[in-house]
Amino acid sequence: MSSVAPSEMLSDMAPAHEPVLPGAQSYESISEKISGIVLTKPTARWWLIAFGICSALTVLFFGAIAYLFYKGVGIWGINVPVVWAFAIANYVWWIAIAMSGTFISAALHLTRQPWGASISRFAEAMTVFALAIAGLFPILHLGRPWFFYWLTPYPNMMSLWPQWRSPLVWDFFAILAYLLLSLMFWYLGLIPDFATLRDRARTRAKQLIFGLLALGWRGEARTWQRRQSAQLLLAGLAVPLVVSVHSVVGLDFAAGNTPGWHSTIFPPFFVAGAMFSGFAMAMTIVILLRRAFDLQNFITDRHLDNLAKLILAMGLVLAYSYVMEIFMAWYSTDRYEIYTSLTRMRGPYAPVYWALIFCVVIAPQALWSRRVRRAPWLLFAISIVINIGMWLERFMLIVTSEYRDFLPSAWGMFYPTFWDWAILIGSIGFFGWLLLLFVRFVPVISMAEMRELLTHERGAS
Amino acid sequence: MNSKAPVYGMLAEFPNPPALLEAVRAARGAGFRQLEAYAPMVVEELVEALGSRDEGLPLLALIGAVVGGVGTFAVQWFSATMIYPINVGGRTPAWPGLIPSTFEMTVLGAALAVFFGVLLRSRLPRLYHPIFNDAGFAAASSDRFFLCIEAADPLYDEPRTRDFLERLRPLRVSVIEA
Repeated sequence: MSSVAPSEMLSDMAPAHEPVLPGAQSYESISEKISGIVLTKPTARWWLIAFGICSALTVLFFGAIAYLFYKGVGIWGINVPVVWAFAIANYVWWIAIAMSGTFISAALHLTRQPWGASISRFAEAMTVFALAIAGLFPILHLGRPWFFYWLTPYPNMMSLWPQWRSPLVWDFFAILAYLLLSLMFWYLGLIPDFATLRDRARTRAKQLIFGLLALGWRGEARTWQRRQSAQLLLAGLAVPLVVSVHSVVGLDFAAGNTPGWHSTIFPPFFVAGAMFSGFAMAMTIVILLRRAFDLQNFITDRHLDNLAKLILAMGLVLAYSYVMEIFMAWYSTDRYEIYTSLTRMRGPYAPVYWALIFCVVIAPQALWSRRVRRAPWLLFAISIVINIGMWLERFMLIVTSEYRDFLPSAWGMFYPTFWDWAILIGSIGFFGWLLLLFVRFVPVISMAEMRELLTHERGAS
Repeated sequence: MNSKAPVYGMLAEFPNPPALLEAVRAARGAGFRQLEAYAPMVVEELVEALGSRDEGLPLLALIGAVVGGVGTFAVQWFSATMIYPINVGGRTPAWPGLIPSTFEMTVLGAALAVFFGVLLRSRLPRLYHPIFNDAGFAAASSDRFFLCIEAADPLYDEPRTRDFLERLRPLRVSVIEA
């Protein structure tokens, strides 16, 4: 055997008596259980209800976007000085959620963590969907969104080229690269599972659709080996890419000289925040998923436990960043930096600040307790609190730096309008809508990797 | 069986990875070269048993990375210094500002090369293949492991190959029509 014995890998993660794949499983039972969700199980009532709600929110989302394109950004609460508000907070929030999906799957793949196999598929799906939504927001907040393609370098009649040293142009390339890589990574993992669906489907339509998606996959030994090698390469490429993408998002802020933004800590601080909120969103979805489809044998308490530890660790890095941000403001002796830090804590937006400190710094400390890490509904509650806290953080970070900058004559408050909320809530509904379609029509867990895991665990015992 | 019908090869079905691995080694040992093994997952050492691994992807990734990186840097450099110089506050374009986009496109170039490399080198997409003519082959994507000795093999001879495969104790042996 070329790799490390699986039993050794398991032992440093959890007690040896707790396998990643408990219960009496066989190759057939894996295929049956996972492909059954797509092929044979009748559509559940909860799915229809959730799909109805999410469809309504999706309509709200696209309705609000249509109205935005018709009327312009004036329908939002933005003004001078607060020119960036919900749209950019939403953008950073969504892209941060997208950040961890591929990272979870790639990092666990590279470090050969056997427990990663069952959560990587939907983590990648989460990335693709959240990133697609995140990518909309910079376009939505443009005054003339129909010119967004001016970001691409192409020979044109106006002889115009992008300003290459602008972080906003870097953003365009970062999102493009990350979206395409995530899609390819996801699809490459899916091809053999589509083949399984093709071969197990009973109706002509399903055979055709899954057959086309499977690209004629036959499971030849060399194809498997190439796919394995490609996954390793893509995972290796994904990890630095993830870090770079969110660093660029951090630079969108740090490159300006606005107090509270102009700080070299921003790129790593944003990466930590992205990991943190992404892990939290993964936790939210994984708990719902395993409950809805009865997947306790694939996504065990140990998975949740490990994920909770990652959230705790990232939360501590983030808390450290907050402290450093305040320290650097004080240490700089720059009166504007100091004022921005203090007005965050004491100004009109102070409730937002303290709410986020509670959600992001204090609430996750409960994860030190093993009892909490083993209680799915508590974890679910904490993950929701963290998600809310991370949105508040982005809102706070953006608005409190803008509303009082250098000259008091230029100060002004920001109040969200109905359309601000409609686009935020609508985007969450649209994300749910995409996820619901995904869990219904695509295998939520990689069957191929489950079979490999089963082979390893049998070999080990 | 009509002996005149064109034949693609002979297929033997096995219940688990070790049986398939053993069968592939036996077939290689007996001198067969036009072999293919089908499995519902990665089976370790199977590719080595069949002959060779495909080690070409890392090189493709490197080529993709170089094309993406050098290309993006070149486009930026030419546009920012020659075609459309942007002079902000007397600052002429400096190369470090061109690096983030270059890095992103380097990674994307490598990823595209790897992704399409896997598909093209595996001759995918290919929706029709003779192996699908076997009614039981659908199990190859769930829980069965197959060894196919292709008719193109110089040693292929229907009764003798069948005898050979039967001795490996498969679940069944069948002839695949082309």
